[in-house]
Amino acid sequence: MSDVTSVPDARGYFGAYGGRFIPEALVAAVEQVADEYEKAKADPAFAAELNALLKDYTGRPSPLTDVRRFSAEAGGARILLKREDLNHTGSHKINNVLGQALLTRRMGKNRLIAETGAGQHGVATATAAALFGMECTIYMGEVDTRRQALNVARMRMLGAEVVPVTSGSRTLKDAINEAFRDWVANVDSTHYLFGTVAGPHPFPMMVRDFHRVIGQEARAQVLDRTGKLPDAVVACVGGGSNAMGVFYDFIPDAGVRLIGIEAAGEGVETPRHAATLTKGDPGVLHGSRTYVLQDEDGQTIESHSISAGLDYPGVGPEHSFLKDTGRAEYRPCTDADAMNALRLLSRTEGIIPAIESSHALAGALELGRELGPDAVILVNLSGRGDKDMHTAAEYFGLLDTDNASDSDNASGGAK
Amino acid sequence: MTNALLDQTLAAARAENRAALIGYLPAGFPSVAGAVPTVQALIDGGADVVEIGLPHSDPVLDGPTIQTADDIALRGGVRTKDVLETIRTITAANPTVPVLCMTYWNPVDHYGQARFAADLAAAGGAGCILPDLPVEEADEWLAAAAEHGLATVFVVAPSSRDERLATITAKGTGFVYAAAVMGVTGTRTQVGELAEDLVARTRATTELPVCVGLGVSDAVQAAEVAAFADGVIVGSAFVQRMLDAASEEAGHAAVRELAAELAQGVRKR
Repeated sequence: MSDVTSVPDARGYFGAYGGRFIPEALVAAVEQVADEYEKAKADPAFAAELNALLKDYTGRPSPLTDVRRFSAEAGGARILLKREDLNHTGSHKINNVLGQALLTRRMGKNRLIAETGAGQHGVATATAAALFGMECTIYMGEVDTRRQALNVARMRMLGAEVVPVTSGSRTLKDAINEAFRDWVANVDSTHYLFGTVAGPHPFPMMVRDFHRVIGQEARAQVLDRTGKLPDAVVACVGGGSNAMGVFYDFIPDAGVRLIGIEAAGEGVETPRHAATLTKGDPGVLHGSRTYVLQDEDGQTIESHSISAGLDYPGVGPEHSFLKDTGRAEYRPCTDADAMNALRLLSRTEGIIPAIESSHALAGALELGRELGPDAVILVNLSGRGDKDMHTAAEYFGLLDTDNASDSDNASGGAK
Repeated sequence: MTNALLDQTLAAARAENRAALIGYLPAGFPSVAGAVPTVQALIDGGADVVEIGLPHSDPVLDGPTIQTADDIALRGGVRTKDVLETIRTITAANPTVPVLCMTYWNPVDHYGQARFAADLAAAGGAGCILPDLPVEEADEWLAAAAEHGLATVFVVAPSSRDERLATITAKGTGFVYAAAVMGVTGTRTQVGELAEDLVARTRATTELPVCVGLGVSDAVQAAEVAAFADGVIVGSAFVQRMLDAASEEAGHAAVRELAAELAQGVRKR
């Protein structure tokens, strides 16, 4: 077994997972990204510029918030939230985007493309494109453009072109397919600013590294606040970028449990879920070997989640590795449990979380009841929930019927 | 190890001082059973070599035309075993025509590399084109293909640097698939100057035939490409004929007619 802290290897493998399964047309571009990233890592000016942006533009470090009223519902365990929702643009996604945008400029390219599910990565990419004066095209599943309409407007306000993708399941997987097609055709001028810790090497490593700041800050903040390391770190996992970011610096801390929460949709016993690590098996999707929701012929199965950001049938290869080595655990959380956690945090703490992050909150509620009142649980609150008010309003029936023309089946409570 | 029938077929075209016509159609399209007469029309029209596509849920290298065909095939219930059965039926009826399987990697990986090579060879297949399997990841497959007398065709692109071309062509067998343009499959009004340069750079690294694909849709383009390549690969244009046809029979006639036109084109270098 490889050492869990020394991955990936030179070929981009985390144990049996990762690698680079890409068409020849993209090999030169992906190698360029890898080479430029290695050079950038060795260049103090790159780190200085990125750190200045993270501080003065993003607003880092993000705070750590004790949520005592919420914790009361979690068996009394002490829950601490890492507030990535307070970053500029409203989620953790900006950390990676600023790093890759700087890299794009170093490569002499002037066009960014990206996939987005919930729209958080798309908004962050459109933001960086505006900041750096680059062209920007965002691919978003047509289903997601409807359920995350606010973020579509935000991206367009920022000057990006948003392309609704109508192939396949019309969600995140298909947005990635379409972004790859664009990249193959426009690779000379364009960087594919991949938004999660999946894809071909070096993306899983590089995106993790750009998000590592979350765990670095949080580890010091928890130590400072409580005098010890947390008992567990909890994060939601779709592709898995916020989870890798918060997990990474805790990996050597053997006493800290790392728990990823996957979207179980209507339940992992139904076909309508996105719990790749719980229900999938190893395969190749979007450029790397990893767990995939697939049928017995290796065709990808459509995933389902109320959360557009977690609605993905793959997962980053390092999570597959952490699962198989046992260093991290992965648990499913249903739409219903996530939505209840969203409402609970809103009403007990005055913080409206993203539906994605609400999966982590629901996982923490369950874990707190297991661990009891002495436990300290760090939860990565990866994003804020403004974008989800349309979905939440329908789900909970929050709108007056006169104003809710497209939510006439919302009659209060869970649907 | 390579495939003798494929090598002989391409050598014969070269001996006639012409390019070979290589036609692509997906299995399961327009239906599992309907793929057989469709591919037969391609052969009857004059294709020298056939590529049967294994439809995939995530065809990231394909444009809208082949995406549509893959979608039709998968919704029609095509399975990997059906793809192999289609190849078996075609090769049984056309023993002198080399039939390759073109597939994204995950279905082969999931079927089992050694098992897929064995079953493809048993079905009479001549080899595989694996557009998202880089040479660096291909050792296990190459060993299995060699054991079963299958060719492995790798793709090169205009963005491939010379030293990388040499690495790729050293591992490939049968022929080299030169992707003429940077982009996904689909017909184009211009095949692009990139193609001729790519073929020349590829030839500098290998004795293998170099065949050009991505974008060719008519006899004039086929003749242009045939002037500098050993083979002309056409896919989307055939699929489009089937999609546009009022009936499957009309589609077969249109596929046969296009193949005949292109077969004329590859003889006008």
